[in-house]
Amino acid sequence: MTRPAASAAAARGAATAGGTAITPAIEVRGLRKSYGDKVVLDDVDLTVAPGTVTALLGPNGAGKTTAVHILSTLVRPDAGSVTVAGHDVVRATAAVRASIGLTGQFSAVDTLLTGEENLLLMGRLRHLGRRAAKARATELLEQFDLVEAARKPLATYSGGMQRRLDLAMTLVERPAVIFLDEPTTGLDPRSRRTLWGIVRELVAEGTTVLLTTQYLDEADALADRIAVLDGGRIVAEGTPEELKRLVPGGHLRLRFADAPAYDSAATLFPGAARDDSSLVLTVPSDGGTGTLRTVLDRLDAAGVAIEDLSIRTPDLDDVFFALTGAGTTKGSAS
Amino acid sequence: MTTITPQRPSHVIADAVTMLDRTMLHMVRYPGLSIFTIIGPVVILLLFVFVLGGTLGAGLPGVDPAGGREAYLAYVLPGILAITIAGTAGGTATTVSMDMTQGITARFRTMAVARSAVLAGHVLGNTLQALIAVALVLGVGLAIGFRPTAGPLEWVAVAGVLALTAFAITWLGVAMGMQAKSVETASNLPLVLTFLPFLGSGFVPADSMPGWLQGFAAYQPFTPIIETLRGLLLGTPLGWSPVLAVGWCLVLAVGGYVWSRILYERRSVR
Repeated sequence: MTRPAASAAAARGAATAGGTAITPAIEVRGLRKSYGDKVVLDDVDLTVAPGTVTALLGPNGAGKTTAVHILSTLVRPDAGSVTVAGHDVVRATAAVRASIGLTGQFSAVDTLLTGEENLLLMGRLRHLGRRAAKARATELLEQFDLVEAARKPLATYSGGMQRRLDLAMTLVERPAVIFLDEPTTGLDPRSRRTLWGIVRELVAEGTTVLLTTQYLDEADALADRIAVLDGGRIVAEGTPEELKRLVPGGHLRLRFADAPAYDSAATLFPGAARDDSSLVLTVPSDGGTGTLRTVLDRLDAAGVAIEDLSIRTPDLDDVFFALTGAGTTKGSAS
Repeated sequence: MTTITPQRPSHVIADAVTMLDRTMLHMVRYPGLSIFTIIGPVVILLLFVFVLGGTLGAGLPGVDPAGGREAYLAYVLPGILAITIAGTAGGTATTVSMDMTQGITARFRTMAVARSAVLAGHVLGNTLQALIAVALVLGVGLAIGFRPTAGPLEWVAVAGVLALTAFAITWLGVAMGMQAKSVETASNLPLVLTFLPFLGSGFVPADSMPGWLQGFAAYQPFTPIIETLRGLLLGTPLGWSPVLAVGWCLVLAVGGYVWSRILYERRSVR
């Protein structure tokens, strides 16, 4: 999984952070949105450099989709300033709309038309002219591997094909900024890979992408920067590597054959996370062999046999669970 | 809460034409709904003329009982035309609701496409469809013996009244389609409209109804529309009906437009 474009883009991102005069593709300051009593976005700040991919990562209900809807002019913010491609989303709605594309969680395609007709419709609405619209549609059908299905009604399309068409429709006029709201939710692994490839090509051509996802591998594979959204707040932001560094070590996963062994092991490691139903203890480790030896020695001394042992180095899952407090009541007190 | 964003007028018109083409393509590709809006009124027409018409016609004021069925066909046809138009609101609401739940509408909203163009596509397309339906139903009426006395001028006026009614009812249908939270509700909500001609002068004279109903029957939107059609087609006295009919159509169209416009901003995000 090499990412030549990503490293260059990350360098550009760093340049922006250093204060060089690059206008950010997306700039969000103090964004707030509530529906009634429910606060969906609470003082969100986010900067996305042009030509980079930023992943907005968070559990269901974190406010990802609302954030994308505000950025794409579908929903108005309650407070804060939001500029996309240099235009204010509230004051210069038309200018923003002319420079963005959105592919949402739910297919934004016309299911009563064929794939080609959908693309031609987008071309006409972008005022490309009949011939240019036709040429662009043909080009996109080829690029997205939809040539055979071009003249068939969408009812015959698979989920992956619909999603590809959806993205192709967004790309009819090569928008400067593209929002992808959970673009691979519900797709099979092969379709996911195809879509990732398309996103990488887009970014290599200079498009800015803001992606929401609840899949950590997706954020890890695509994003130059990741912002973790939880309970309407950005709880962490940085490159995937920076985020992984936030979680100090990996852990050892110990599984036991029966409850007595599990219980006595649990008393040996009071700091371990327990999973009573599957008799699994998760012991924090610094990733070195020292912890492993200590753990095994202590179990040996107590005469407790392990059924299964695995070592895990930190990945974004750990970051995610640590930051979003999933399964605990920590919430977003920070 | 609406943002006024300047749009090039030429683009608004071009986009409206694009949206109209899209609506028409849907109708050609999936004619099921369209056919249904014609079959319903035709069945009602045949039922009322051939099953009930003899008796109902004989009860009309000043009609010779022997010619009851023929007289009733003449009496009921304007009401059937009104029902045809009212019935198309169901199709309009259904297609609009499908569009709103599909996500394609959200895409239109993130594009620099004028809101009015999206709505115009729905309204113009469905108005055209309603006029095609009403022409076909009128054709069936003529085929089974309806003999209007209208001259060319009256026919033009009839076409105008039908078009204006279709336009107004379609705006209501669009609004109802946006109001409904599901496609099922959307297809049922406009049924109310289909019943209105029954509670007016569509099937029997309003003054044959109980007093409490007469008041409603005399002034509800469909009565002046039906009376105007009847007057133009058959030469019955028009009175104030044309004025009331046009007034009602304008009120319904503007009401439907404002209602749709507000909902369009609010509803197309899921």
